[in-house]
Amino acid sequence: MAGMAFISPAFIILFVFLIVPMIAALYFSLTNWNGVTPLTRSDAYEFVGLENYQRILLQSGTRQEAFFTSLKNTVYFVLGVVPVQTLLAMSLAVLVNQRWLKGKGFFRTTFYFPSISSSVVISLIFMWMFNSDGIVNQGIRSIFPAYQSVTWLSDSNGILHNLLGLFGVTRDTLGEFGRTEIASISIWDWLSGPSVTMLTIMILNTWTTIGTLMVVFLAALQNIPAQVYEAAYVDGATTMQIFRKITVPLLRPTTFFVVTLGLIGTFQVFDQIYVISSGGPADTTLTIAYLVYRSGFKDQRMGIAAATAIVLFLIIFVFTLIQRRITGGDRAA
Amino acid sequence: MAAEALPQLGEVSSVVRLVRRLVPYVGYALLIIAALSQIVPFVLTVANSFKCLPAVSAAPIAFVPTPPFFVECQVDGVTRSASETTSGVTFNPALEGYQSVFEANLGQWLFNTAFIALSIMLLRLLFDSLAGYSLARIRFPGNRIIFTIILGTMMIPGVVLLIPRFIILKQLGMLNAYSGIIIPLMADAFGIFLMKQFFESIPNEIEEAGQVDGANRFIMFFRIILPMATPALTALAIFSFQGAWNNFLDVLIVLGGNQDLWTLPLGLSFLRGGSGRTLIWNEFLAGSVITTLPMAIIFFAFQRYFVEGVNYSGLAGQ
Repeated sequence: MAGMAFISPAFIILFVFLIVPMIAALYFSLTNWNGVTPLTRSDAYEFVGLENYQRILLQSGTRQEAFFTSLKNTVYFVLGVVPVQTLLAMSLAVLVNQRWLKGKGFFRTTFYFPSISSSVVISLIFMWMFNSDGIVNQGIRSIFPAYQSVTWLSDSNGILHNLLGLFGVTRDTLGEFGRTEIASISIWDWLSGPSVTMLTIMILNTWTTIGTLMVVFLAALQNIPAQVYEAAYVDGATTMQIFRKITVPLLRPTTFFVVTLGLIGTFQVFDQIYVISSGGPADTTLTIAYLVYRSGFKDQRMGIAAATAIVLFLIIFVFTLIQRRITGGDRAA
Repeated sequence: MAAEALPQLGEVSSVVRLVRRLVPYVGYALLIIAALSQIVPFVLTVANSFKCLPAVSAAPIAFVPTPPFFVECQVDGVTRSASETTSGVTFNPALEGYQSVFEANLGQWLFNTAFIALSIMLLRLLFDSLAGYSLARIRFPGNRIIFTIILGTMMIPGVVLLIPRFIILKQLGMLNAYSGIIIPLMADAFGIFLMKQFFESIPNEIEEAGQVDGANRFIMFFRIILPMATPALTALAIFSFQGAWNNFLDVLIVLGGNQDLWTLPLGLSFLRGGSGRTLIWNEFLAGSVITTLPMAIIFFAFQRYFVEGVNYSGLAGQ
């Protein structure tokens, strides 16, 4: 009986505020509740079946356009941030773990520091540094006087769009094909990459997380027994061979963990978007998480918002499974 | 294998040897650049939070404070020009940003944040350790299923809970109240997992000795078991406090409608939010410094536990 008594307070909290809401999200995704009319009123909402899902996924229109815009932006964000932060964190950890390095503690502290700060604070600091006459632009101009200031925080042009533009490839080059719409978004827009503003937020996100991830990698590296390296060294393995054949495989469970954390975190990116851009300019930083918030609390469409959230849950779930295959997390566990 | 490979080591060309000798220098250079990129923004934030507004945009990189200290930014109703308050790397500190952010009710936000973070932290220490202990040490029916369910909740993305949690809190009348943010967060799966791991590492004999003495489970838990768990409790306290202090999404949804309950991150985000409001950088930066400072102090005092907590979370992931 003591067991039940000990665990029930925590379990009740988790049940009422995590499990019940998960079921409620499913339920409300099948209704058209606006979030304002009290639920006690009989006409508060109607049961609409899968209509919300159909509107965001299948039926062309503004809801579908908003959802797929947010999906495109979020996927660019995830694919940009997760590999870069994982590789940077791993490289930094390997460097800090070198035997010749002095001041390991100093570097660990320094790299970890940004992650203790609030996402809102980091966003404000980045907004200040990246504003059109901020430190970043001033710094670049002092090195390249001819530099045309980039408006980092309000530039909706995709970076691939800009890159292709340098080679004279534009929306018109592709003609009708580029204008063909898939899920209410033109092929050119699908392919134009994250906007400059999104890129800024991606840099911010990477900058904040590499510290924590480095500490995770470093802990794993320090758990690899020194004898393993010594044996390899005696066998005449080169530094590169040791890294590729010993360090990377032994870090596999950690890499799996770091990538999973990264996926779950980046798919839900919200705070930075809310503070810096509110989804703008031109919806190019509208992420799925922000869309959930916007549909629910700004457009008063709780049903649509709940359905969007459920779809996000499924996407995260599927991505985690796929990456488990790729990084071999299933073997590592 | 060794016999074949070893001679090669002796034949390394001078170029390779040179490269090898350079590796540490390149390594240090890379690490120092990376470390600077992580720390310089904070240094500049602190420096610019103490500048008059024109100086923030005119000379953002000036970071060495010089006398006169705490100059008036407004002289006879005229804003002092940047050149009067700054030159090159030096600047004359001013308190304009701090004054203006305190006028925007920062004191109240600071109190709310501290109250909410401390409440969540203390309640989690109690509930997570009770739950972790029962999962680690007490056999009871449904024990394994409950543990699986708790671990499973770690998979639920916070964003998915946004809408339904809002609905539930609204139904319970807990929106725009301290209880609406504290109660849902007063137990968490990660904390339970962390405490369970720790209690499993304590030898059984201690409890057996306690049972012989006839102490009941509750008394034994609080008198004997919990005091031994100080390292794990410290890590849990730090993580809970940090999470609650910096929390934005939950706070936005639950407390957004009541200005008197805003926390520091929420208040700062609303400072930025008013449309048509020009961005007053020194005010933002001053608010950022005050928001970060308590966490920074805790970080430097308890660094070891931060790192340990991260290692525990690595365990949870596996």
